[in-house]
Amino acid sequence: MKAYDIVIIGGGPAGLAAAISAKKAGIESILILERDQELGGILNQCIHNGFGLHIFQEELTGPEYADRYIRQVKALNIEYQLNTMVMEISRDKLVTVMNREEGLFQIQAKAVVLAMGCRERSRGALNIPGFRPAGIFSAGTAQRLVNREGYLPGREVVILGSGDIGLIMARRMTLEGAKVKVVAELMPYSGGLKRNIVQCLDDFGIPLKLSHTVVDIKGKKRLESVTLARVDEKGKPVLGTEEEYSCDTLLLSVGLIPENELSVSMGVEMDSVTSGPRVNESLETSIPGVFACGNVLHVHDLVDFVSEEAALAGKCAALHVLRKEDEGKLAEIFPEEKENIRLVAGEGIRYTVPAVINIGRMEEELKVRFRVGSVYKNAFITVYFDEEEVFRKKKLILAPGEMEEVELTKEKLEEFPRLSQIILRIEEK
Amino acid sequence: MREINLICINCPLGCPLVVEMEGKEVLKVTGNTCKRGEIYGRKEVTDPTRIVTSTVRVKGSKEKTVPVKTSKDIPKDKIFSCVTALKEVEVEAPIYMGDIILENVADTGINIIATKNVYSG
Repeated sequence: MKAYDIVIIGGGPAGLAAAISAKKAGIESILILERDQELGGILNQCIHNGFGLHIFQEELTGPEYADRYIRQVKALNIEYQLNTMVMEISRDKLVTVMNREEGLFQIQAKAVVLAMGCRERSRGALNIPGFRPAGIFSAGTAQRLVNREGYLPGREVVILGSGDIGLIMARRMTLEGAKVKVVAELMPYSGGLKRNIVQCLDDFGIPLKLSHTVVDIKGKKRLESVTLARVDEKGKPVLGTEEEYSCDTLLLSVGLIPENELSVSMGVEMDSVTSGPRVNESLETSIPGVFACGNVLHVHDLVDFVSEEAALAGKCAALHVLRKEDEGKLAEIFPEEKENIRLVAGEGIRYTVPAVINIGRMEEELKVRFRVGSVYKNAFITVYFDEEEVFRKKKLILAPGEMEEVELTKEKLEEFPRLSQIILRIEEK
Repeated sequence: MREINLICINCPLGCPLVVEMEGKEVLKVTGNTCKRGEIYGRKEVTDPTRIVTSTVRVKGSKEKTVPVKTSKDIPKDKIFSCVTALKEVEVEAPIYMGDIILENVADTGINIIATKNVYSG
């Protein structure tokens, strides 16, 4: 049986950055498992620009961003296997894998990094009424068809959901000669980045209808029309506001779901808000030596933050392996549970990553990433150590579509030796 | 004098800008929270530009397309002539990132370059 110190599940932006960082932290034996025929993951079909502003201070396209990491993986001689699908991971890190050449086989790992990314929510998850004709695609599927396969999925398009992929595809389909008639969004605010609304919709005069949803789909073989209606505060369609749009294509950009079947079946503790694993300051899951990063942990808006997060996961996985070699005893590697400080998502905050912090193992600085539950203007991000306020920052705007972060320092945490929980809240004054 | 409302696209903050203009001259930009917002506001009303990304067809490879971009931003009103020009282009693999795919696209003086390696075979 093959054995590696670290096995990384997924060769997208998270897996690549984790591998590079683990290698730089001193681990030689690393294997990336990728089910697609090339490294880079979804970046390969994201041909638009805007990636890398944080990490490289320049605007790259998706393939260019991926290439920077793929080059490093190759230069560092990190092993990877393509066209290879992970079927199962056991609690003791025995990875069951399948591919065409070798069939079914197993790999023993000392540490595992989960970097499987996410997938799109589908029509089934929305319960849209109406017929089931051809012409209904997730935005990402349409993106693959246009950008990789060279097909245009349709000529007259309605888009449901204003997530970033939907916005990007509104522009892409327009440039390829399709007529994008409208983008409908159920919520009273867009789920995508503002700059994408300007560059992808406003630039091309595509209307965005907030608080609207699809209430009917017509067409038997091919989509013929969709009917939109306004929704009330509870998300219920308002009778009499229906408008029918003739179209041959409906794109859905209605959210992303971390792809955690492997994590769940191996028994990793999950977070019901993020649909990703619950992790500590080292991005380690409830199973020691199993780490998670990128969109499998929580859905990100910017790949730059995926890379940054994954680099931490890779480094921590490396430290796990190195510590284990040094001490050989699990009990000594994982300090007592009582040292864990819980991070609490208070008013206005949906979740935090990580969910717990062990001061003994945290680095000097730790970024806590979170999302807010609704749109706030002129509000404050606040951090409390138990009862005491330790941080307050004014934000002109906070929106669920934009991930936020605060930085905690070890120095500050050590000033509070009996701290039991850290609470993040949004306060309006 | 006329006022033009814009949303700044420099960063996720998305500041609502108001650009005051007299004829073709920008008098004032307000609503921005940083210098970049003012620069964007001025440029957007006088000389709006965008980077354009698209794909062109490839022969002689497993891949069917190669992604491309304008090497610099081009005038906004040239976006459609740029993508129309690309429809006619077909290239032969191998293609390497940065290779020039089309020179002086739509008379902008800007080249179209490949953004991915596409190998032959």
